[in-house]
Amino acid sequence: MEGIVGYGAYIPRNRIKVEEIAKVWGADAPSYKKGLMLEEKSVPSPDQDTITMSVEASKSALKRAGIDPAEIGAVYVGSESHPYAVKPSGTVLAEALGATPEAHTADFEFACKAGTEGMFVALNLVKSGVITYGLAVGADTSQGAPGDALEYSAAAGAAAFLFGRDRVVAKAVETYSYMTDTPDFWRREYQYYPQHGGRFTGDPAYFKHIMGAANGIMEKVGMKPSDFTHVIFHQPNGKFPFRVGKMLGFEKEQIETGWLVNRLGNTYSGSSPLGLTACLDVARPKDMILIVSYGSGAGSDAFVFEVLDNIKKVQDLAPKTRELLDKNKNYLEYGEYAKFRQKIKKAD
Amino acid sequence: MPTPSRYWREIPQRYRLEAIKCKKCGTILFPPRLICPECKSREFEDTRLADKGKILTFTIIRVPPHQFVDQAPFAVGIVELDDGVKLTGQIVDCDFEDIKIGMRVKTEFRKIYSEGESGILCYGYKFVPE
Amino acid sequence: MREVAVIGVGMTKWGELWEKSLRTIFTETALLALDDAGVDKIDSMYVGSMSSGLFVGQEHIASLLADYLAQTPVPSARVETACASGGLALRLGFMEVASGMSDVVLVGGVEKMTDVNGYEATYALGTAADQEYEGYHGITFPGLYALIARAHMEKYGTTREQLALVAVKNHSNGAKNPLAQFPFEITVDSVLNSVMVADPLRILDCSPITDGAAALVLSPAEMAKKMKKPVVKIIGTGQATDTIALNQRKDITWLEATFQAAKQAYAMAGKKPEEIDFLEVHDCFTIAEICVIEALGMVEKGKGGQAYEDEITFLEGKIPVNPSGGLKAKGHPVGATGVAQAIEIVKQLRGEAGERQLKDPKIGLAQNMGGSGGSSVVHIFERE
Repeated sequence: MEGIVGYGAYIPRNRIKVEEIAKVWGADAPSYKKGLMLEEKSVPSPDQDTITMSVEASKSALKRAGIDPAEIGAVYVGSESHPYAVKPSGTVLAEALGATPEAHTADFEFACKAGTEGMFVALNLVKSGVITYGLAVGADTSQGAPGDALEYSAAAGAAAFLFGRDRVVAKAVETYSYMTDTPDFWRREYQYYPQHGGRFTGDPAYFKHIMGAANGIMEKVGMKPSDFTHVIFHQPNGKFPFRVGKMLGFEKEQIETGWLVNRLGNTYSGSSPLGLTACLDVARPKDMILIVSYGSGAGSDAFVFEVLDNIKKVQDLAPKTRELLDKNKNYLEYGEYAKFRQKIKKAD
Repeated sequence: MPTPSRYWREIPQRYRLEAIKCKKCGTILFPPRLICPECKSREFEDTRLADKGKILTFTIIRVPPHQFVDQAPFAVGIVELDDGVKLTGQIVDCDFEDIKIGMRVKTEFRKIYSEGESGILCYGYKFVPE
Repeated sequence: MREVAVIGVGMTKWGELWEKSLRTIFTETALLALDDAGVDKIDSMYVGSMSSGLFVGQEHIASLLADYLAQTPVPSARVETACASGGLALRLGFMEVASGMSDVVLVGGVEKMTDVNGYEATYALGTAADQEYEGYHGITFPGLYALIARAHMEKYGTTREQLALVAVKNHSNGAKNPLAQFPFEITVDSVLNSVMVADPLRILDCSPITDGAAALVLSPAEMAKKMKKPVVKIIGTGQATDTIALNQRKDITWLEATFQAAKQAYAMAGKKPEEIDFLEVHDCFTIAEICVIEALGMVEKGKGGQAYEDEITFLEGKIPVNPSGGLKAKGHPVGATGVAQAIEIVKQLRGEAGERQLKDPKIGLAQNMGGSGGSSVVHIFERE
């Protein structure tokens, strides 16, 4: 029986409020807050990036799993803000944990679903018996173009999952992927900020693929929405997860535990994975969890997990997601935020 | 800019705080050395440093070295880890006014600096409030 | 071992010497020393320079300077122990004369620091720290001494005002030194209001970037007795090492290398701290001077700051420290400092110190230090 053996989250402590961004661009803050159902987002410090957050989230996952890092057979980092264009994030993570040299390592990319991609591969390598433990991380420090709608939500965070076969805390019941070629949001090489298709990013993109994956997995596994205790959808803004949830037949209460975006922002490859860690932090044995990611381009990965008794032994062994979200926050003004995010053009 | 070899060689220390312990007198050496400065023994066993400690002294760097220009001002201190080893490192994720001698901290993996726009990224340990 | 005397000294004005290159600065200073000694041929020479390579891209200066001084083919060595390079050059020159190997040895120090920009100069100075475990984390030299200052203030109650008094005293002395880089007085207020560099140290707590050289000539004491000037002998020398990384020291507030070097020098000279009349010490930062006088045994451990409130280290005090103006007012062309300290001692002992002349000094001590205290060289001089 394979599944999650350990999990961990990392969220930087800096925040910036919607009002602070709106003030600079002369936008109407209340309408952004209402329209996006968003209050504030996390901001990485200049000394934080996808790699540093992956390391800290993975260390928490290892604390919960209680295994020797040398036994990790695969290390995957999924992000759309890998610090290098060429040189893997995964190797730095593997070195920092002590998983080298015998570990298959790869960096994954697929807009916001790069994290769940790594999870899919790590889980299935464990399932097929090729490796004993596999680590997958979804992490991002993505940028929104100054003044663009995405600037209000593009945030930073990381979630790590260690898959294995013994002392499983959440059994992996089923996986399903749904994918098409849909250019809803992209960034060309050498461009600093991404671009998107405006309202095209809604129905034909986010909604179509999440619904395709959610319906696909529920049919495959013979379950219906009411069978699930928690459901996590990719969270590009506060509204979309509730809307797609309603369209699929889920209740608000099933979505709320894993819904972090209103105070976190959209952590891209960390988005649904952090929603999953938030649910695991408070889950009870026998809970059924559905997670459906979404990556522009476009596709969704869906997983069904069944929480087991072992969850109670590990929840308190590392920082909890909502503690990281709500405690020890440091609010930034736009100037400092722009400096941190390197949006200010400096001399050479 | 130096070749990456000088950075890469220190990775076990910078990423994993790998140290050695003198078999004869028990002194922990970080970074590892060939001969114990306390008892001159040359036999060691591998160990790792503790990941928590207390601040012995600190300062706020306001006139930084070149690669740290965008980070200034930042706090740097000497921390005595719970195993007795003392490390120099930045103290982050807290306001300067809150840093005190004796404050408890723990290590966290962070980016120390970038070698310009096109050079390698250099990672290592910093200290955050416990 | 033979007795060794200083028979000639040479120093030019220190500051930002835009028109002069490293070789010019050294040569004109060395010629002054040779003239003062009344010699035109030397047996060997030692040059202290921390980093001619990083500052002007020039290594191999031992031969370069021997050549420009028209002294080839004499043996010449450039020695380095960070900011104590000058003191080390003096020690090695002393040993060569004392051993009987040479009769006339030129000892010089030089640093040309203004041909690079501020960042590069700071980088070059920073190479005296542990690159991989101190410099890597963004610490600077003011930062390292700030760590010492804060620990000293916490442990012994040393105050910000006491640190400022070090700079005030040194400027008061330096104002009387025509060769000093900053020959003007400052006040405690100006120190306390100057821009912060690394808390709690401000810009006026820090010695400056300076171009300059200093040179002296050593000979057996017998030779000096034949000359017209008072005979000044080096009666003790000591040198010691310690960890260069501050975090690896046993006690962050204590300069062990200085203590050990002084211990050797006192033993060799047969003198105790109480018998020293005045000192030239390494005030690279105000806190350094406070820690140094403790390590030299001039005051009890921890009482260094109090000595400045009590003004015992001032020009009219019981143990004047840095009558030349110290590194703070005189300047700190790194490799030259150790030699310049010796020159001030010699001038004071000869009665040639002009406006800052002390009353009839007999025994002087020079202490030079490298990095954050990882090396130290101490010399004791006596007027016969």
